[in-house]
Formats: sequence, structure tokens, C-alpha cells
Amino acid sequence: MSDTKKFLFVNRKAPYGTIYAWESLEVILISAAFEQDVSLIFCDDGVYQIAKGQDTSELGIKNFSPTYNALGDYDINKIYVEKESLDARGLTVDDLLKLTYEDEDDDWAEKDSIHVVSSAELAEIMDQQDVVLSF
Amino acid sequence: MPMLHTINKSPFERGALESCIRLATKGSSVILIEDGVYGATKGTNASSMVENAMKDLSFFVLGSDLKARGVDESRLIDGVTVVDYSGFVKLSVENDKVQSWL
Amino acid sequence: MKFGIQINEGPYTHEASTTALNFVSAAIEAGHEIFRVFFYHDGVNNGTRYTTPPQDDRNIVDAWSDLAQKHDIDLVVCVAAAQRRGIVDEGEQERNGKDGNNIAPGFRISGLGQLIEAGIQSDRLVVFGD
Repeated sequence: MSDTKKFLFVNRKAPYGTIYAWESLEVILISAAFEQDVSLIFCDDGVYQIAKGQDTSELGIKNFSPTYNALGDYDINKIYVEKESLDARGLTVDDLLKLTYEDEDDDWAEKDSIHVVSSAELAEIMDQQDVVLSF
Repeated sequence: MPMLHTINKSPFERGALESCIRLATKGSSVILIEDGVYGATKGTNASSMVENAMKDLSFFVLGSDLKARGVDESRLIDGVTVVDYSGFVKLSVENDKVQSWL
Repeated sequence: MKFGIQINEGPYTHEASTTALNFVSAAIEAGHEIFRVFFYHDGVNNGTRYTTPPQDDRNIVDAWSDLAQKHDIDLVVCVAAAQRRGIVDEGEQERNGKDGNNIAPGFRISGLGQLIEAGIQSDRLVVFGD
């Protein structure tokens, strides 16, 4: 019997004001080593975590946003962003980091990891998971 | 696959209850714990949101957290079920998984 | 059922740890098994033995240590989060050149993999946080 579970990581908080965004990313990266079926959701203020153009140089806090680019290399490519959350914040997918992965089943073609989905679609995705981690 | 959603903050402090209601699928359960119990009270700006959601979702509230805050059960929205910790555990067993809206 | 528990906040400031304690106690009473309690973010602060809460209030750290001892529960404090916040056992004290350690009885420091493993091995993972 397979030990593979559908793991869902839910990100709903903005970066830097609290450490949750960064420390949840650390869990997500570790999860890659366990070969589980990992999905990430960014909704509510969580969409800000993957906004592009983050520059923390005047704060003295580490800018961890480049680390999201590594997710594709770790086979974490099911990244769902709620459209309603983007709209409410005046954002579009163009304001987000371009996260991609190489699809080994398609001649290593580079594909987008981020899927902007509606609330209804996101609800269905959440429902299909086995275990949900929140931070 | 019904889910148990937990909400631990007041709807006047955080958007968690609103987001949960937006994203929970029909047949799921929501348990209000800690400061989240205020979301179960009637006559507030959040009450109609909860009352409407009750068409699709079952609402529960942790009795110990109500008592701690001096919220009498008579103030609860009709249809919200008060449970104790063993009831909370039971809900987590009866649903397929638990999602905490922090 | 086997429960995995994740606690994201420290003692006292947030109700999370107390709610988790009460939940775990109720689960045990109902005959369930606690696979692991994993302390992350500020939750690692539940693992210091140097708290001195007022006499007339609960002692959260002791409550976890007692529960762990009574029911053989695995209390794990995340090493990365612990290093950030200064929760230290003897191994960490030596590795990082600290002049002491403060881990409470019944707690052990280990990696984030323990949380993922709890998610895999448990029937239910319940998260308590802010």
C-alpha cells in the first residue's frame, strides 16, 4: 500500500510582517524529500508571498522570495493562486513571480507551476487532499 | 470528502471565517474555537454570513471557549451546535481531514 | 485513530498550546493514539524548562512534559525554529557553542521531516496556531 499522500500547504499570510511565509516554505522544501503529492495554495494575503520585485535590503531581513524559484526543481509544481484573492488586492498573475518546472513527461518542456483558479475550483482542490498544513 | 474546518479568531479581527465560508465545500463542518466563538453569536455584523453558510455547512462551537468568554448559549445563532473537547475530537474523526484557518 | 498535532505558537501569548493540550487529552481519553506533537514557529517555546508561571495559573510546559511521560507521547521541537528562538538541548549546546541548554523534560529537538512523517503516518493532522 502506497505511503503517498496528497499534502496541501495553505499560505494565507503576507511575507515579512510575520515569519510564517518563510518557515512554511522551509517545510514545503523538506516535504519534497518525502516524495509526497504536494500542492500549494496561495490565497488571501498569501498571494503577496509570491509577488515579484521584493527587496528587503533596507529592512535587514533576508529576502527569501528567490527560493520559490527552486520549487520546480523539487517537483513541486502544483501551485494554485485564488483569482478572487488577486482581484481583491488589485493584482494579476503578471505581478507574481514566474515559477516554472520542466515536465519530464513532455521532453522537459518548461511549464508554468502557477495556476490561477477560481474560489470554486480552489475549494474542489482543497477537498481532494489528504492532509492540510496551515501556518 | 468532507472536511472539518477550524476557525480560532473573531470575524471582526480576521477574515479567516469569511475565507473559510468562501472555500468550504457543501457538507463540510466548521468548528469555532478560541476567539472564533464570537462568530457563532447572533445579532452581529457577521451573523448573516454564518446563517447563509449554514445551508451548506454544519457549524459547531467549542463550549469551553464560549464559557470562558461569558457568552451564554442563548446568544448563539440557531442551529449552531455546542460541543466539548471530546466532541471536537469526534468531529475530527468523522471528517476526512482537518483544515485550520489561521 | 492516530493523531498528528502541529503547534505553531508558544505558551501563554496564544491559546493554541492550551487548546492543543485539551484536545490531545480528550483524544487520549477517547482511546485514540497521539503519533507525535510537533512544535513549529514560536511553538518551540513550549519546550523550555525555564518558565515560572504564576502559582494560580496553569503550567503549560509541565503539562506537556507530564502528558508525554504519562502516555509516552513524542514531543518534537523543530531544530531550525528552535535555533532561531534559543531552545537548546545538550547536543545543540555543544554543536553551536552555547553556555547552557534549556529543553524541558519529554521534549526532543529534531528536523522538519518529523512533521512530514507525522502527516504521512497519522490518520489526522490537526494544526493549532494563530
